Amino acid sequence: MERLPLKSKVLSENQIVAESLRERFRSHGVLCLNLISGPGSGKTALLERTLAGFDPATRVCVLTGDIQTDNDARRLAQYGFPVRQITTGGTCHLDARMIEKHLAAWNLDEIDLLFIENVGNLVCPSSYDLGEASKIVLLSVTEGDDKPLKYPSIFFKSDLFILTKIDLLPYVPFNAEVVEANARLVHPGIEIVRTSATAEGGLDAWLAWMKQRMAQARQDALLPLRLS
Amino acid sequence: MHEFSIAESILEAVRKELVSHPGARPTRVGLRIGELAAVDVDSLSFCFESVVRGTEWEGLQLDAQVCPQRRICNDCGKEFAVVEYNASCPMCAGCNTTLSSGDELDFDYLEVETGGTPAIEVKGAE
Repeated sequence: MERLPLKSKVLSENQIVAESLRERFRSHGVLCLNLISGPGSGKTALLERTLAGFDPATRVCVLTGDIQTDNDARRLAQYGFPVRQITTGGTCHLDARMIEKHLAAWNLDEIDLLFIENVGNLVCPSSYDLGEASKIVLLSVTEGDDKPLKYPSIFFKSDLFILTKIDLLPYVPFNAEVVEANARLVHPGIEIVRTSATAEGGLDAWLAWMKQRMAQARQDALLPLRLS
Repeated sequence: MHEFSIAESILEAVRKELVSHPGARPTRVGLRIGELAAVDVDSLSFCFESVVRGTEWEGLQLDAQVCPQRRICNDCGKEFAVVEYNASCPMCAGCNTTLSSGDELDFDYLEVETGGTPAIEVKGAE
């Protein structure tokens, strides 16, 4: 009997593809954001409102993942920007190879911002690096304010926590301060914004965060700032 | 339920590792899984059992060691176990702390039977 020490990561194959995607995004100045939440927290609604507010010249693309149907791609395509549906056919998360494959249709030189809308699931997508600059976790106020403690991994791995549907706060027993404190317990450095996809100005904090990150991505790639 | 995909990745990695050890039969694969890795160990073991069934390595065991969350204080240098997600330092009460373990999903070892062939060279040892 021999014991061979192994030093690699279990998902090293995924990691290799993810690192190559990350380097491509970085050198082309593409900000790639990976949106993760349980089903129904409002990922698609947030993206719809975000796309609706963009100048038509904005160079944004969306990859949206679901187990079945292209409903989300059809919803998102109405805003005139390139959208591709990734249908996983049963798999509960996106992996880096799926992103690489679907990205082949686009020229990264013509993209400044890439949204990846992951499969609705608060657990599995947290294990898979997609080469994104940031994972973003969404949670709505109709879920529980203890969710960061129940699903610590995704809150730990996300740079930004978007609390969605805050227009519903008066109607539900949900404490926004408690959910934010719980998220910070798991991840002290996490940034937090509150949004409403239906209220006037409800996305301002999120848009400010995103624009700052886009400018940073262009700067890191030594490309001129594109103001739109 | 991404444990099934992970189980397949483990088997694939074992297959790759054994390329450099011809004739060796794997009996146990050791993993280190952090509390924050979002992987359920029971479910992974169940999935792993089913992916090895019917292969030439039927019976290959999975030994998953769960690694608790530990952090290091950037102010006083104390390393501590995180209890109930409390990330602040028990020594100086500071909040400027960094995770030192608890999010890994790493291989640890591969146990093999060499069937009387000469001792194999251990690859990747440090």
